[in-house]
Amino acid sequence: MAQTLFGKVWDLHAVRRLPTGQTQLFVGLHLVHEVTSPQAFAELDARGWTVRAPDRTFATVDHIVPTLAQVRPFADAMAETMTTSLEANCRRHGIPLFDLTSGAQGIVHVIGPELGLTQPGMTIACGDSHTSTHGAFGALAFGIGTSQVRDVLASQCLAMAPLKVRRIEVDGALAPGVYAKDVILTIIGRLGVKGGAGFAYEYAGEAIDALSMDERMTICNMSIEGGARIGYVNPDETTIAYLRGRRFAPAGDDFERAATWWRGLASDPGAPYDDLVRMDAADIAPTVTWGINPGQSVGVDGTLPDPAAVEGPDREATAEALAYMDFRPGQRMAGTKIDVAFIGSCTNGRLSDLREAARVVRGHRVATHVRALVVPGSQAVRAAAEQEGLDAIFREAGFDWRGAGCSMCLAMNPDRLEGREMAASSSNRNFKGRQGSPTGRTLLMSPAMVAAAAVAGEVTDVRAWPGGRS
Amino acid sequence: MSGASRITRVAGRAIVLPGDDIDTDRIIPARFLKAVTFDGLGAHVFEDDRQQAADAGTPHPFDMPEARRARVLVAGANFGCGSSREHAPRAIALHGIQAIVGVSFAEIFFSNAVAIGLPCVTVNRDDLARLSEAVAADPATEVVVDVDAQSVTAGPVHVAARMPPMGREALITGQWDATGLLLEQYDDVARVRARLPYLKGF
Ligand code: SF4
Repeated sequence: MAQTLFGKVWDLHAVRRLPTGQTQLFVGLHLVHEVTSPQAFAELDARGWTVRAPDRTFATVDHIVPTLAQVRPFADAMAETMTTSLEANCRRHGIPLFDLTSGAQGIVHVIGPELGLTQPGMTIACGDSHTSTHGAFGALAFGIGTSQVRDVLASQCLAMAPLKVRRIEVDGALAPGVYAKDVILTIIGRLGVKGGAGFAYEYAGEAIDALSMDERMTICNMSIEGGARIGYVNPDETTIAYLRGRRFAPAGDDFERAATWWRGLASDPGAPYDDLVRMDAADIAPTVTWGINPGQSVGVDGTLPDPAAVEGPDREATAEALAYMDFRPGQRMAGTKIDVAFIGSCTNGRLSDLREAARVVRGHRVATHVRALVVPGSQAVRAAAEQEGLDAIFREAGFDWRGAGCSMCLAMNPDRLEGREMAASSSNRNFKGRQGSPTGRTLLMSPAMVAAAAVAGEVTDVRAWPGGRS
Repeated sequence: MSGASRITRVAGRAIVLPGDDIDTDRIIPARFLKAVTFDGLGAHVFEDDRQQAADAGTPHPFDMPEARRARVLVAGANFGCGSSREHAPRAIALHGIQAIVGVSFAEIFFSNAVAIGLPCVTVNRDDLARLSEAVAADPATEVVVDVDAQSVTAGPVHVAARMPPMGREALITGQWDATGLLLEQYDDVARVRARLPYLKGF
């Protein structure tokens, strides 16, 4: 019978049906970081359990690491405590830790793929909602909470309810200056921030097939912002080419056999879907959020909505968002003044993101009123970017060039907004207070758009930018 | 068996928190995640929203006099969206809330809540409005969330509620702490592990 990738991978990892009705699902790869794990390790110890599969568990530090002074002990005593706690837990349980001295440290969703740990056909869990990123490889990757981190540490399994599958087909080709970030913001804008509840999103169609792995990760990363716990792309030759030669990928003949297996995991023609959504890539413009959730977005050439024209419960939400952002109904998106430009995060902190941003920035200066920073997603991304001279382009333009980490994506390290600052950000969440100031404001957009905004000092259409069309 | 307690019914005063898409960054801002325990989170639940409401002279629902003794939270749709931080349901529970009624819940929030024994039941929008009105009319109204019978009662208002069968089953049978269950019959797990191409070798 024709099956989706979701069905094949789920069935392969299903252990048994639990008395609660849930499925006991084996977890093939468990990624751990410093924020959501200490309480799980503490409970494990309290109950006298051990880590069941330390060989399938890998850890790094990302959320709390400062991106400027990365010397130990960290100036922030609690950041230091959390780091030493993770180090102690990893040592005690035999879990490999990619720390700041490893050369492989970085945001957990950036390093898993770049090390070749993330592979098609795996079930992956991590105590972080953007675990959906790893679905770009055709894995089922679940963001979990701390109690479930404890479950996985102790049993290498999760108790899960199956999901429905919605195939989202993006037909045609993206216009120059339009990126994966714009695709996913447009999908979320159309299906809503709760539209994906109960679904796994399968992204497909010509426009998705044409994307690099970096770009597919950007799309899968934000599945959760659309309410879908996981998202995936069927593995293909792009996936296989990306994995070849990676540190933890199979080598030699093993790789060829693996590739054959990976190809066979893709959803079969005629596989059953619970829902199908189609959209045209040509309709997608560079997209910017104007509100306080990632579904509140508009094309950069568009105008902001009028709550009076919005039906149902979204009317109040629209009014609340405009009030928080201090925007007027009907206001043009382009021309919105910014104070901060942030390029980085697990959504858009990979090498190709930095290349696109650098292409826009080259030969320009950051506007005098804007503070701008580039934060590579991992030490490897940083090193590769420096190899290409991207750091020099950013520095000459007036950007700060930082060490790897989550940085200004969230408020757990020294990088943060102050007061009412307005940030053009390549991250994934524009929630109230997300970037560290309780009253700070976030405009989500692609890295190229952030770069253009940094130079212009305001939101501007990268399609009209000299050198901005890739 | 996991040895957790059966959770079938919660009763007490309610806090009504209007609005959809309340994300976990609002429930517990990230700076409070800088810790290696969950201790003390209850004091910081909705901290920034509460501060802003206080500054504006309109106390946040969690700062109403009744809130301190409340056992039930009445919320909107897509409650708990965003980050997977279990700190969010923990902060709510540590504040004293023992059940949440909403139009819908974000999935990770929901599974985190079940995993700590915090039932989240859904009602339709009209019924939510009726429940909210009953509480607004008399904040001392006892609200009863019956997980077993799938209903919510607030004074004279009695409405049907739903909870996904699997989460509900876990709560009412006391099997919401999953680790114990997952460690039973471990031979089955070994069998699955042994058949995975990427672990047994391609
Ligand atoms: S970059 Fe942001 S979204 Fe990604 S893992 Fe770090 S904090 Fe979470």
